[in-house]
Amino acid sequence: MEALQKKSWSPYTVGAAIGALETAAMLTAKRPLGITSAFENAVALAAGKILPEKAVNEYARTHEETPKIDWETGLVAGVVFGSMLSARLSAEKNSSRMPEISAQKEEHSGALRYATAFGGGALMMLGARMANGCTSGHGISGTMQFAASSWLFVPVIFASGAIVSKAFFGRKK
Amino acid sequence: MKRDTIGKILLGAGTGMIFGFLLHKGRAADPGAISGQLHASDSSVFKIMATASAVGAAGAHILNRSGLAPSTIKPLNTRGILLGGTAFGAGMAMLGYCPGTGMAALGAGHKDAATGALGMVAGAAAYITLYPKIKTLLEKGDAGAPTLPELTGTNPLLWVAGMAAATAAVAVILERDSTREIKT
Repeated sequence: MEALQKKSWSPYTVGAAIGALETAAMLTAKRPLGITSAFENAVALAAGKILPEKAVNEYARTHEETPKIDWETGLVAGVVFGSMLSARLSAEKNSSRMPEISAQKEEHSGALRYATAFGGGALMMLGARMANGCTSGHGISGTMQFAASSWLFVPVIFASGAIVSKAFFGRKK
Repeated sequence: MKRDTIGKILLGAGTGMIFGFLLHKGRAADPGAISGQLHASDSSVFKIMATASAVGAAGAHILNRSGLAPSTIKPLNTRGILLGGTAFGAGMAMLGYCPGTGMAALGAGHKDAATGALGMVAGAAAYITLYPKIKTLLEKGDAGAPTLPELTGTNPLLWVAGMAAATAAVAVILERDSTREIKT
């Protein structure tokens, strides 16, 4: 119980546990961890209400898989609550009162930070769906199965991320 | 609306809860985790990913060999991965979270993760709108879904062992350097 209340665990312990969780997911659900296809599916299902009809039909016509609420939808929701549970157990005080701006982002005002987060989230999700995976789906689930696609994806995202991060946040110091 | 059985969705939710719990305990849901990694000032994200991948490689290999679970290899759409990966990295740098750690940060109460999540929904909508137009571009020159052992004609077990050894070696070097830093 005490371990569950700790603010942090060793990254190696966490990594090993995630590796074990990946194995358990493959055994029980026949698929490894991933986050972003659930977003595509959920938005595709709700698309009739938010996107032009023509776009929705074109997507449905050209996309091979039918969108559905599935194991991964549950997974994404679970991640939110699992992290909330960990934060509660370790009695983290920073929660939900102030805009969370890391030291490296201090130069950005609240509104600008939120706008950057929104734009970044959008660009990241668009990229993930173009590449068929994210830091979880490619970065861990794909690399552990030695998928060539995933071993190409990981250096590309970190190179691109390092350049953009430097341009955005690297000027002071 | 098409959906999995409730049991399977709940199985996903339980798996996700453990995943989110672990991401938070690993401090990967902290706002500085990804930018720290991108600036090479904090390598905990790398440590988590490498260890998870090395342990998962052993697990996936055993399951695959014993026929208990199929391997799930994503297609090598080179253009999709290069273009998508570049956009992904840029977006991740701006947001400061990746999709999984962003969801975990949302759960931990970080408000920037909430606007990030809205952005992710918008990004998915943009993809759905663009998909019919970019499908051919992304999937052109489809090279199937090869693995590195297949491409090189080597035994997968060598890769599993190599991954474990490389991760262990990097961990030893990183930890030795970090204790040295504290001493000086």
